[in-house]
Amino acid sequence: MFDFLEGYDVLGAFWTTVQLTLLAAVGSLVWGTLLAAMRVGPVPLMRGFGTVYVNIVRNIPLTVIILFTSLGLNNTLGISLGSSVIDTINFRLAVLGLVAYTSAFVCEALRSGINTVPVGQAEAARAIGLSFSQVLRLVVLPQAFRSSVGPLTNVLIALTKNTTVAAAIGVAEAATLMKTMVENEAQLIPISAVFALGFVILTLPTGLILGWVGKKVAVKR
Amino acid sequence: MTEVSVAKEDAVPEAGELVVLKSVNKHFGALHVLQDIDLTIARGEVVVVIGPSGSGKSTLCRTINRLETVDSGTIAIDGRPLPQEGKELARLRADVGMVFQSFNLFAHKTVLENVMLGQIKVRKADRKQAEEKARALLDRVGVATQADKYPAQLSGGQQQRVAIARALAMDPKVMLFDEPTSALDPEMINEVLEVMQQLARDGMTMIVVTHEMGFARSAANRVVFMADGRIVEEAAPDQFFSNPRSDRAKDFLSKILHH
Ligand SMILES: Nc1ncnc2c1ncn2[C@@H]1O[C@H](COP(=O)(O)OP(=O)(O)OP(=O)(O)O)[C@@H](O)[C@H]1O
Ligand SMILES: [Mg+2]
Repeated sequence: MFDFLEGYDVLGAFWTTVQLTLLAAVGSLVWGTLLAAMRVGPVPLMRGFGTVYVNIVRNIPLTVIILFTSLGLNNTLGISLGSSVIDTINFRLAVLGLVAYTSAFVCEALRSGINTVPVGQAEAARAIGLSFSQVLRLVVLPQAFRSSVGPLTNVLIALTKNTTVAAAIGVAEAATLMKTMVENEAQLIPISAVFALGFVILTLPTGLILGWVGKKVAVKR
Repeated sequence: MTEVSVAKEDAVPEAGELVVLKSVNKHFGALHVLQDIDLTIARGEVVVVIGPSGSGKSTLCRTINRLETVDSGTIAIDGRPLPQEGKELARLRADVGMVFQSFNLFAHKTVLENVMLGQIKVRKADRKQAEEKARALLDRVGVATQADKYPAQLSGGQQQRVAIARALAMDPKVMLFDEPTSALDPEMINEVLEVMQQLARDGMTMIVVTHEMGFARSAANRVVFMADGRIVEEAAPDQFFSNPRSDRAKDFLSKILHH
């Protein structure tokens, strides 16, 4: 019944998907947090940068961003991200593109979380002598993260599915393999079902676990 | 309550000016909220600021620890003018304790952690010392048994006393209170006022925005009456309440005394 799977490394392809997801998730969490910090910070130049970045990046199709990393950064500017193996270069470019794109959404999810923290708490924190970055790190962001677990979960699930766009620059993840298999096997429905199931297996627990975490860490007011 | 080596135990105010405001002006857009404010507060002095809503009392407090900038004039704490934004300012702010109407405790931290945070991150105390001091302060304001709870689990009066302990943990030179009892149910007002009264007796320099006449009469050295962004009248509490000089003050007192 599952003959069509023979000779294909489906698990390997999904492992690449998982790697893309995890690396891009960590990267966009870091960069998205920095962007959010810039957007709420006191320095006009940084605020402007954060605003422009988010509004430009989240309105560009991800495919365009991923293609740009390959055609623009790699082919034109010769950026190879510390590797000479073409597959590795493409993988890293894909992570970079995913981080650049997803961080805009992380930033906005966090900013909505920041808005749930009463201003008075930030003022009280400044009043005991904490610096701006301490106020952010010790008082505002910990509460913002807790109240944006929900929106961040959605971003993570979207990211998992968005990794399929890396197929556009030849990264051997799940969607790339699916395309190859569909072309070779003429068994469209079962093949699609297997890959759809694969993604559900990845994203469903993410949603459930993080939903539970979100309730657990919620700040009582 | 146990003795804590915070503030001045000997309660003898040292001579000298601690907070000095000189011709301070502040606008919010077209609104001139602080108009040529000159105010000097001596070490150990307790000053009550009183006045109608919108007269600039909160703004005055907030400029003293630079939560609001001023447009002109100078503010000095213990002889040092308030610096611009930055590390220097943060340090100076730690010397000025502030208690807000809405408590503003850090909601994600326990009561104990609320009182430890500034000691560790600003004063660089080690955890053990910070915890000891925090527990002693919580005991002093009468909420020692609540140390491991979160702010949302406490009554308003308890939260406000924790907020006072949090400010005291920085060993401030002066404490600002902006209507500390206005958000409280009547039965909780006294527990907070008693803590403040004790602080005053211990010699803490205090600037208190409040309409609690009883507190003003028993704890304040001076009442400052503000209206429309100006200091209209300054006097000893008894004199101010029984015999105000300005018409604005007479008018204001007649309103708050007869309801
Ligand atoms: N951030 C702000 N932006 C614009 N206007 C403000 C701001 N903060 C205060 N104001 C205005 O400045 C004036 C003085 O406000 P302030 O809060 O200092 O008054 P207050 O004496 O403390 O009044 P209350 O007794 O109601 O607390 C008011 O008219 C107020 O509306
Ligand atoms: Mg006010």
